[in-house]
Amino acid sequence: MVINPISNFQRQTSNFPASPAGSQPPTATKIAVKQLNLWFGKVLALKNLNLEILRNEILGVIGPASSGKTSFLRQLNRLNELEAGFRMNGEVTLDGTHIRQVKVEALRKRVGMIFALPQVLPISIYDNVAYGPRMHGVKSKSEIDGIVEDSLKASFIWDEVKDRLKELATKLSGGQQQRLCISRTLAVKPEVMLFDEPCSGLDPISTAKVEESMLKLKEKYTIVLVTNNTKQAARVSDRTAFFLMGELIEIDKTHKVFTAPKDKRTEAYIQGKFG
Amino acid sequence: MKTTTKQKIAFSILFLCTIIVVLPVVCIFWIIIKNGYKGITWQFITAMPTEGMRQGGVYPAIVGTLYLVCLSIVFSLPMGVMAAVYLNEYAKDNLLTRLIRLAIVNLAGVSSVVYGLFGLALFVTFMKFGVSILSGALTLAIMNLPVIITASREALASVPYSFREVSLSLGLSRWQTIRHSVLPFAIPGILTGAILSLARAAGETAPILFTVAAFYLPHLPKSIFDQAMVLPYHLYIISTQIPNISRETRYATAFVLVGIVFTMNIFAVIIRSRLRKKKKW
Ligand SMILES: Nc1ncnc2c1ncn2[C@@H]1O[C@H](COP(=O)(O)OP(=O)(O)OP(=O)(O)O)[C@@H](O)[C@H]1O
Ligand SMILES: [Mg+2]
Repeated sequence: MVINPISNFQRQTSNFPASPAGSQPPTATKIAVKQLNLWFGKVLALKNLNLEILRNEILGVIGPASSGKTSFLRQLNRLNELEAGFRMNGEVTLDGTHIRQVKVEALRKRVGMIFALPQVLPISIYDNVAYGPRMHGVKSKSEIDGIVEDSLKASFIWDEVKDRLKELATKLSGGQQQRLCISRTLAVKPEVMLFDEPCSGLDPISTAKVEESMLKLKEKYTIVLVTNNTKQAARVSDRTAFFLMGELIEIDKTHKVFTAPKDKRTEAYIQGKFG
Repeated sequence: MKTTTKQKIAFSILFLCTIIVVLPVVCIFWIIIKNGYKGITWQFITAMPTEGMRQGGVYPAIVGTLYLVCLSIVFSLPMGVMAAVYLNEYAKDNLLTRLIRLAIVNLAGVSSVVYGLFGLALFVTFMKFGVSILSGALTLAIMNLPVIITASREALASVPYSFREVSLSLGLSRWQTIRHSVLPFAIPGILTGAILSLARAAGETAPILFTVAAFYLPHLPKSIFDQAMVLPYHLYIISTQIPNISRETRYATAFVLVGIVFTMNIFAVIIRSRLRKKKKW
C-alpha cells in the first residue's frame, strides 16, 4: 500500500471540514467569501464581494450608512435568510466548508453575534448566559455554573455581577448589558464572533471596556467588528475593510488603510468627508 | 368666547361621554344587586332546584356552566395558540395565509346563534355526540377560536423581534426559539385574551341552546356525554317559560351569572396588570 503524504496534507489543510474546536487545520484563513452577491428584493446589498477573514484577527469593517456592512455580517451566520426577499449567489466558506452545507444551527453556534443594542433577555443575568448551553443540552448544574462563570470572566464582567446573578439582566447598565451579551455568546463556545456596532449606544468608558475585552478575545476567537466609528476600527482591528454602496473598496492592514489608503474614497471617508 | 370657557365646555362634553359609557354598567349591577341580593343564600348556590325550579337553588346550573367553560378552553386554548404561533412565526405572507386571516376575522363576526346551529349539525347530529357537554364545549370552543387566535397573535407580536434573533444567533432551532424565547413572554397576554373570551362565552345562550342545555335536570352531569343545566339558559327559561316564579329568584340567578363573568374578568385584569409590571423591555 502506498501512502501519499501530500494528499494527506491537503486533506488536513483545505478540503476537509475542521472538526469544531481542538484540531484546527493550520490554514490562516478562517472564512473565505468569494463572489458574493446579495439582494433584498430589488436592492443589491452586496456586489461581487471577495475577502478572507484570518484566524484570530480582528477584522474591522467600516463604511457609511447602507453600505452593506450589516448585511455582510449577517451573511456569515446566515441570519439574512430570515429576511423576506433575500437572495444570494457566490460562496462563503468556514474552515473550507461551504456554510450552506453546514446545518444552520451548528453554523450559528460556531459563528456568534453581538448586536448593536445590547439585547439581553428579560430574565436573570445567570439565565441569560446559561440559555445557550442549556438549550444545547448541557444538563448538569455544576457544569452550567462553570460555563456561566467562565463566560462572565472572559468578558470582564464577572466581578461586577458575581453577587447578583439572580437579578434581572435588564437592570444592568448599557455597557454591562453589552458585555453580558458577549458572555452569552461565549457560553456556546463559538469560533468566530461578529460584532455589529457593539458600542453605538455606549459611553466612552463602557466602550473602552468592550474594546478591551475584544482585544483579549482575539487570542481565542476570530472577530469581525462592524463599526461606524473609524477611530474604533483604528484602535482595535488588525485589518480594516472599507465598504461603500455594497462594494468592498479596500482591505488591508489597519495602519495602511488609515495612513496610506490606496483608494481616494477610503481616504475621503476616513477624513470624515462623507458618510 | 374665551379659550378657557371653550376648554371647559370641551372637557365637560368629554367627561359626559365617559360617564355615559359607565352608566349602563352601573345601572345593570345596581338593578341586579338590589333585586337579587336577598335571594343569594348559601342554599341557593349549593342546592338543587325544586318545585319546577320555583324553589331550591341553581347548583347544577353553576356546575354545568363551569364544566362547559373549562372543557371548551381545553379545546380552544391549545388549538388557538398553535394556530397563532403558526400564523405569526412560521407562515409566509402569501395568498393562503391572507385568506386564513380573512377567515378568522369573519369567524369573529358570525352571530352566536349560527354557531349554535353549526354545533347542532356537526357535533350533535353528524358526530353523534348528542346533546351533551362535549357538543356544547366544542361549539363554544369554535366560537372562541378566532378571539383566542387574535389575542394570541397580538401577544406574540408584542414580543420584540430581537428576542428571536438573539436566540437564533445562539444556534437554537426555530422551535426552541419560539418555545423558550417567545412563548414565555407572550403567555400572560394569551391567558388574558383567553379568559376574556371565555367570560363572554360563559354568558352566551344561543350556542348552547341546541347543543347542551337541559330544561330541568335536578342532578349533576356524570360525564361529558350528559346534558347539563347551564346558567344563561336557566335564566332564560325561568324568566320566560315558568309562570309564578319570584322576581327575587330570577334576579338572584342573574346575580350569580354576572358574578361568574365578573370574577373571570377580574382575573384577566389581574394577570394583565401583573404582566405590565413584569414587562421590562
Ligand atoms: N431586510 C432588508 N430588507 C430590504 N432591504 C434591506 C434589508 N436589510 C438591508 N437592506 C438594504 O441593504 C442595504 C445595505 O444595508 P445594511 O444594513 O447592510 O447597511 P449598513 O452598512 O449596515 O448600514 P448602517 O451603517 O446604517 O447600519 C441598504 O440599502 C438597505 O436598505
Ligand atoms: Mg448596520
